[in-house]
Amino acid sequence: MSLLFDAALCLLLVAGALGVVTARGARRAVLAFIGYGLLLGLAWVRLDGLDVALTEIAIGSGISGVVLLRAVRAVPEAPRPGTRPLAALLSVGVAAALSVMVLALPEPAPTRAHDVAAALPATDLGNPVTGVLLVFRALDTLLEKVVLLLALVGVWALSRDPSWSGRPAPLSSEPASAPSAFLARVLAPVGLLVGLYLLWVGADAPGGAFQSGAVLAAMGLLLLMGGQIRPPRTSSPRLRLLLLAGPLGFLAVGFSGWATAGVFLGYPPGWEKPVIIAVEVAITISIAVTLCLIVLGPPSAEEGT
Amino acid sequence: MSALVNAFTLLCVAAGIAFYAAGTLGLVRLSDTLSRIHALTKADNLGLALIVLGLLPQAASLLDGAKMVAVWLLAQLASGAVAQVMAEAVMAEAVMAEAVEVGVASAPGDGPT
Repeated sequence: MSLLFDAALCLLLVAGALGVVTARGARRAVLAFIGYGLLLGLAWVRLDGLDVALTEIAIGSGISGVVLLRAVRAVPEAPRPGTRPLAALLSVGVAAALSVMVLALPEPAPTRAHDVAAALPATDLGNPVTGVLLVFRALDTLLEKVVLLLALVGVWALSRDPSWSGRPAPLSSEPASAPSAFLARVLAPVGLLVGLYLLWVGADAPGGAFQSGAVLAAMGLLLLMGGQIRPPRTSSPRLRLLLLAGPLGFLAVGFSGWATAGVFLGYPPGWEKPVIIAVEVAITISIAVTLCLIVLGPPSAEEGT
Repeated sequence: MSALVNAFTLLCVAAGIAFYAAGTLGLVRLSDTLSRIHALTKADNLGLALIVLGLLPQAASLLDGAKMVAVWLLAQLASGAVAQVMAEAVMAEAVMAEAVEVGVASAPGDGPT
């Protein structure tokens, strides 16, 4: 029975991928891509990768989908001649290389899962994925946060000189329509609770900073679309502090690791769990604000409007 | 007793799937956007309600059941509100197109709400 389901899912995934590349027009391709991301999330659930499934659906499909939908409006309808064959060649090349690598994996595949399982009790965490992200491969996670920040700087760099440090354009017409305002008012508090729950439960079950940040960012966007809040001025010191809270907090813990544990990004013995939670809270705030601002796009209004 | 409960679950979930299928059929077959939104939201809400109702007796704990009901309520809220938002956008677009055709308007304005 489950084999039938998996086979159907695999066929749907291939069909979805083909749907994305053969779609007529960029907008349709993006819509197909969002649907494809949901299917991919389902595939991750079948592979028991619930953490990855949540991230794929929230970020790979949800937030990226909105970013792409907004980007589609800014690019010309017909791509330059030669772009499509080049993109096709590149995609096929990457897919072929990945296939070769997956097929060339030794049997059984090399794994550090046993090391993680053996060392996890020392961290007081119950979710091995959070253990890997925040403890065993903390450097990767730290750099990921910096990359996210760089992405936002890249988006902001698309603004024109006079509007630099102004506000991004609002997401909806003003005033917002009654249904979107209603949805924002009713759903945002529930979504906020769900986001905080995902963060808290991430220590012991699937969830964590990235999933929580994505949900919180979505709630922020909902409030913006419903006209409940205004896009912030990108020069606001408070906003920039929120953006930096994660990377800087993580770095501070990293450097203090030399003093407390004798190694960069080490956690003070006996205090692992509280410090890990504190780092997660800081990076969740930064992820939520960064994702929200990446969707909003470059500042467009003049300062003081 | 458990056979009865299982039969209830099967019946409800099967009916739910039928409603989903009907909603999808409406999405694919109906001609204009408003009817498609209508078919999809109505049928999917009912389909999800029936599936949740059918799965409730199978829930391992009261909390699991409450979570399923919460999922149904949230999905209903979201799909209902999103259907309204999309319908408003469709209406605004239609009014705009008509105005441009008659020559009253030339550039997109705020659109009626």
